[in-house]
Amino acid sequence: MEQIDLTVIWAVIIAFGIVMYVLMDGFDLGVGILFPFAPDESSRDVMMNTVAPVWDGNETWLVLGGAGLLGAFPLVYSVFLPALYIGVFLLLAGLIFRGVAFEFRFKANRSRYLWNWAFAGGSTIAAFAQGAVVGAYIEGFETQGMVYVGGPLDWLTPFTVITGLGLLAGYALLGTTWLIMKTEGELQAWAYRLTTPLLLAVLAVFAIISIWTPLVDDYVRERWFGNIRLLWVLPAMALVCAWLIWQGVRRRQEGIPFVATMGVFVFAYLGLLVSKWPYVVPPDHTIWDAASAPGSQLFLLLGVLFVIPIVLAYTAWTYWVFRGKVRPGEGYH
Amino acid sequence: MELDPLLLSRIQFAFVVSFHAIFPVFTIGLASYIAVLEGLSLKTGDPVWEKLSRFWISVFAVVFGMGVVSGIVMSFQFGTNWSNFAQASANFLGPVLSYEVVTAFFLEAAFLGVLLFGRDKVPRGVHFFAAVMVAVGTFISSFWILSANSWMQTPAGVELQNGMFRVTDWGEAIFNPSFIYRFLHMGLASFLTGGFVVAGVSAYYLIRGRDVAANRRALSMTLWLLLFLSPAQLFIGDMHGLNTLEHQPTKVAAMEGNWERASGVPLLLFAWPDQDAQENHWEVGVPKLASFILTHEWDGEVPGVAEVPREEQPPVGIVFWSFRVMVGLGLLMIGFAFYGLWLRLRGRLYDARGFLQGLRLMTIAPFVAVLAGWFVTEVGRAPWVVYGVMSQAEGLTPSLSGGMALFTLIGYVLVYAVVFTAGMYYLTRIIQAGMSEETAAEPSGGRPKRPFSAAHTPFDETAESAR
Ligand code: HDD
Ligand code: HEM
Ligand code: HEM
Repeated sequence: MEQIDLTVIWAVIIAFGIVMYVLMDGFDLGVGILFPFAPDESSRDVMMNTVAPVWDGNETWLVLGGAGLLGAFPLVYSVFLPALYIGVFLLLAGLIFRGVAFEFRFKANRSRYLWNWAFAGGSTIAAFAQGAVVGAYIEGFETQGMVYVGGPLDWLTPFTVITGLGLLAGYALLGTTWLIMKTEGELQAWAYRLTTPLLLAVLAVFAIISIWTPLVDDYVRERWFGNIRLLWVLPAMALVCAWLIWQGVRRRQEGIPFVATMGVFVFAYLGLLVSKWPYVVPPDHTIWDAASAPGSQLFLLLGVLFVIPIVLAYTAWTYWVFRGKVRPGEGYH
Repeated sequence: MELDPLLLSRIQFAFVVSFHAIFPVFTIGLASYIAVLEGLSLKTGDPVWEKLSRFWISVFAVVFGMGVVSGIVMSFQFGTNWSNFAQASANFLGPVLSYEVVTAFFLEAAFLGVLLFGRDKVPRGVHFFAAVMVAVGTFISSFWILSANSWMQTPAGVELQNGMFRVTDWGEAIFNPSFIYRFLHMGLASFLTGGFVVAGVSAYYLIRGRDVAANRRALSMTLWLLLFLSPAQLFIGDMHGLNTLEHQPTKVAAMEGNWERASGVPLLLFAWPDQDAQENHWEVGVPKLASFILTHEWDGEVPGVAEVPREEQPPVGIVFWSFRVMVGLGLLMIGFAFYGLWLRLRGRLYDARGFLQGLRLMTIAPFVAVLAGWFVTEVGRAPWVVYGVMSQAEGLTPSLSGGMALFTLIGYVLVYAVVFTAGMYYLTRIIQAGMSEETAAEPSGGRPKRPFSAAHTPFDETAESAR
């Protein structure tokens, strides 16, 4: 009994950590994805300045997620990472380049264009790799007992390419709506223009995933077309949010598109979780198979419960301090 | 040719962790130094301390940033290349490694920003407090990571059930038999690193005649510190070795280059260990000294590598030579510290150019010594990941092919080459720019979290100034 409780608590914590990561690093990766297409160099300065104070705090959620998985659900850690070996490397390399680009671009003069490319390229690769991870999770992993036995590129399928591109579009959408909120003038107008096409791309990918998965995966079909009708609230809410984005762009609202985009992500994410619950290493292993010993989960829980509220408070405070529009020539560097 | 995923993974792990480790060893030492400077500044109000502190904080910011970037890679290495080991040891290593991240996270969230950007925005006492907390935080971080590593060297407090370690006693597992020695030795190593870098940079400025007053104080202060710490390291290192003799005799045999158990064993100054022949070539040694150091008796018995079967022997050459590099540099450090004392007593400390030049070169010595020490520890543990219980081959990711391992190895080398070059280049510029450079425009409103932005030196010339 006690074990079940702890495992579920940990599932909630990890799920929460992932969604925090996706939303927060999502918009700053999105800004990176949009970087090459920006109207001009001074817009790029502004774009980078909108995320400069917060990006590395955003990224820390990824590290916490990785370590937390090893502590609470080691099986996830020891199957996902070997299965996604090459993808994980690309993700890390992308994040490294983008991290140092943040630091050096502002201080560079002649070499600035190189750091522009590092920033844009790193963000794009990292976003695509994360999308492919989601796709690979949906498709499941070939395991024998507790080890991954598939090949090195099993994760790279037409489906994961689509989810990769989908997340790329999704992060870019978070990026444009973030910029709508944080900037003004020409740059903001540009962000407004891009939002609708990106929204359509995201919806197209959602549609493909929603049709494809139930067709190939009995478990998912069973879940959605079984007897829990309430689940359909989730996609419905996601569509409502999409409509809000659309309206927000038409009416030139500044805050709503971003908030609604976060809504799209949250509802899609919850939809994904209920599709697979309680499987974390589909198709064979549930969260209880993947869990570490109760003593270990408890030991770690104490520290994490102490730290997460502090981090949340600090995060909220940072965003508060840096609220408001960012204008050209203003920066934190 | 068949690519061996095991060998490639070992090389990859060695590469990424060595790369990561050089940054924390420096930041741990430097953080404490900055805390001391802030404390002196608070207590005396003398502007020299603040000037020094400002300068070293800007260096700290860059090095810390590189430590974090390379640390992110580390937290995924166990899963990508050593998934069987990760799975088996997760009940212990998972929480312990998470605690290191949680500490770093907490530290970064709460105090790093205040230290880097808060000087003019918070009361001075608070700034000092933040400096102390950052220093404490780096130690807590290394506490956890070294506990994890020591447990792999001398596992305790666990039992193996169905292929997974279960923790039976957290206290015994965390404070396992080699932990305390490793923690002290590594802590001293960090202080020595910080000390020799500060001394080397101060010496460089003194040679150039820049900021003489501040740099004299910095040099004098660090030399006092090194005078006590470098001999202390010899002492702790010796105890560390004695502990290893008890728990990992084969490793000590490899360090001594001793193949057969014997008494009255010489301390080898030079030798060429030959694993195939299980003997050394060209031995030069001091009779009976190794026996004396290890057992404190001239005729004491020293274990031999050949006592264990070939498959359980570490590569003796690497262990033997790395150990000599580390101890050699340790002795050299003691030499520098005492020569500094002698110069000081004769009042010639600040204008002995040869000595100052030597200190400049010594800047890299602690980094080399640290890596050499880790090579002794880690290669000497081979072929075990968890000593005596799980071998490296058993810990390896089963689905990993040689090609995949080679691909990421080359990838990491390339990525790190770019990052490292940019980072080193930028650090050099900060140091060349010097201390007097006024900190340019302070951030407007609020404070950013990015570590590097505490440094203000430009990365390269503008198009105009380059012309
Ligand atoms: C500035 C760095 C530095 C210096 C000057 C020394 N060491 Fe060291 N040594 C380390 C930095 C280091 C290290 C990197 O921190 C290691 C690797 C793992 C560890 O616990 O410490 C290490 C490991 C290490 C080990 C291996 C322990 C094991 O894992 O079984 C021994 C026996 C010694 N040291 C002994 C010495 C002696 C006798 C020294 C004489 C001066 C010495 N060290 C100087
Ligand atoms: C001798 C070995 C090590 C020491 C002393 C050490 C210590 C530290 C310290 C003090 C930091 C804070 C950043 C800095 O000061 O540069 C850090 C960062 C980090 N280290 Fe290590 N570390 C070591 C090895 C490892 C290993 C083997 C791993 C992986 C399992 C690891 C994972 C990390 C991670 C993930 C971070 C970044 C945390 C963050 O987001 O701030 N470290 N390390
Ligand atoms: C200064 C830091 C470190 C350096 C330079 C270092 C160096 C090395 C080297 C050279 C190897 C390869 C050994 C061989 O193949 O024979 C290795 C392996 C390894 N080290 Fe470390 N190490 C460091 C710290 C750590 C820490 C703190 C941990 C754990 C928390 C760790 C865990 C491992 C693991 C899991 C392996 C792979 C398995 C093995 O070869 O035994 N290392 N390291």
